[in-house]
Amino acid sequence: MEPVHIDAKGLHYTPLNQQIRRAVSEGATEIIVDNVLGQRFIADGLKGEVTIRINGVPGGDLGMFMNGPTCIVKGNCDHAPGNTMDSGKIVIHGSAGDAVAHSMRGGKVFVRDDIGYRGGIHMKEYGEDHKPILVIGDNACSFLGEYMAGGIIIVLGKSDNTFGGRGVGSGIHGGEIILRGELKERQLGVGAKITEFTEEDLEKISPYIEEFCGSFEIDPEKYLDTKYTKIVASSSRPFAGKYVWE
Amino acid sequence: MCGIIGVIDRQKQKMNGSGIKEALSLMNERGSGEGAGYAAYGIYPDFEDCYALHIFFDNLVEPKSKVDDIIQKWGRVVHQEEIPTKEQPNLKRSHVPWRYFFKPYTDLMTGSLTPDEDIVKYLVMEINSSTIEGALVFSSGKNMGVFKAAGWPEDVANFYKIDEYEGYIWLAHNRYPTNTPGWWGGAHPFNLLNWSVVHNGEITSYGTNQRYVESNGYQCTMYTDTEVVAYLFDLLGRHHELPSEIIVKAMAPPFWDEIDEMNDKERELNKAIRLTYGPALMNGPFAIVVATHDGIVGFTDRIKLRPLVVGEHGSRLYISSEEAAIRTMDPQVEDIHMPGAGEPVIGRVVT
Repeated sequence: MEPVHIDAKGLHYTPLNQQIRRAVSEGATEIIVDNVLGQRFIADGLKGEVTIRINGVPGGDLGMFMNGPTCIVKGNCDHAPGNTMDSGKIVIHGSAGDAVAHSMRGGKVFVRDDIGYRGGIHMKEYGEDHKPILVIGDNACSFLGEYMAGGIIIVLGKSDNTFGGRGVGSGIHGGEIILRGELKERQLGVGAKITEFTEEDLEKISPYIEEFCGSFEIDPEKYLDTKYTKIVASSSRPFAGKYVWE
Repeated sequence: MCGIIGVIDRQKQKMNGSGIKEALSLMNERGSGEGAGYAAYGIYPDFEDCYALHIFFDNLVEPKSKVDDIIQKWGRVVHQEEIPTKEQPNLKRSHVPWRYFFKPYTDLMTGSLTPDEDIVKYLVMEINSSTIEGALVFSSGKNMGVFKAAGWPEDVANFYKIDEYEGYIWLAHNRYPTNTPGWWGGAHPFNLLNWSVVHNGEITSYGTNQRYVESNGYQCTMYTDTEVVAYLFDLLGRHHELPSEIIVKAMAPPFWDEIDEMNDKERELNKAIRLTYGPALMNGPFAIVVATHDGIVGFTDRIKLRPLVVGEHGSRLYISSEEAAIRTMDPQVEDIHMPGAGEPVIGRVVT
């Protein structure tokens, strides 16, 4: 089937999403949406094997509750792309705002450049196939992985700027945050700790790095070593006894 | 939620209000139709030496004659008129917006280094603190004005014919009231003298900040937190003559553990600001843009609980809740970035 073209110029997100859903229900496997500017909730709750190419700057909550599709954005994203996403993939050729991959429960979000504050907040994993992956090509800000309960966040730091944020993994009780380079103890949030990044860890994340680099035509070679810091929960129940005494 | 956008042309080239209206309307999702407003600088060149007092009157009988009385005791009204408006089907006219172009008699205020500004401030506080029922001053700067009402961004803009004003600085705000009701006086921008403020978020330290400004002669009367920011800027910026960078450091300071890591000089400065201006520290989630005659400054709370995006294009600097709003005003915008928590973004007029 030929790709379906949609011109989003001046279009509110409701008719835009209706057009996308209609195309998917008619069997489209590729949808190209041009002139996107600020429309929120694109592809929200959408199911199916479809690739949506979004040209422009979408509004917040791109791909929220999405289950299956791939969204490729040529431009920056606003807040929370991949919010509570179930499965599928979001590839952002640019940067994204705060709370990227908010409460994400499966699938992948790849951001070529930077993300704002609270990336991966409340990310969670369960079962065999719900393990969300967030990869950031350059840098992230404070409170990365806040209240994180599962999944993996990888920050590649391509411009070699060191991570300057604070509160990394604040309230984390599951999952892993993997930052390229060093991290100081004082940059950790409450309940988070630094552990050694091992060869086994590298083996585990290599496929994600390769897939990420493939999406943006970057050579993965320079990222395939152990120069990372791994941040995990300080114990399996870091907040036991905080609100009740056992 | 709430949507904000501000723009300055640093070479003072003027823009009409159509662009910012469109940009604000793009963020309709951030509002609830219960408040929107605009501030523009450089719009009254024919009266540039006068304070433009914008007042909501409940009617033009008692409240207006009382206001006429008090302001004519304190100065001369050079010109006055109803602010031109055009009825909008979805906007209920709750007040009559009026404007006076006013010159205070400076010899009437003793013991002040800035008697004209202090007279205007006194009049604003006096009229707004309910001594005159049915009158509210919502804008009091020179060669600038605020236009606001309870309604959607586009309706409010069309009501005030925003397209017909030409300014080199514009602020705009789309309100989603959460803690207090939406009403004309509670819409943003909030203004005192030349300071105008648009704000997304809430200031949970309001009680402390309110006590601080009220002990310095201001009165909070708008039933919402944002007005305190305008008074803090007037107190710290005009009275204490602090530059914007320092005012922002007082309102959204670095954490103590960050101050401990600084070099000696920086540490001393930051400690001094925190100790001197503790009651000006603002907690809670906020993204704010403040304008005055010579520039705009945007900043967020120190743990970045609200969005702020910056874009530049030639002499123009844009600060907004969303990149898409900036691109609506200026598709050719360059250097889009997000400032860090508490980091001031400043655009100054260069002349």
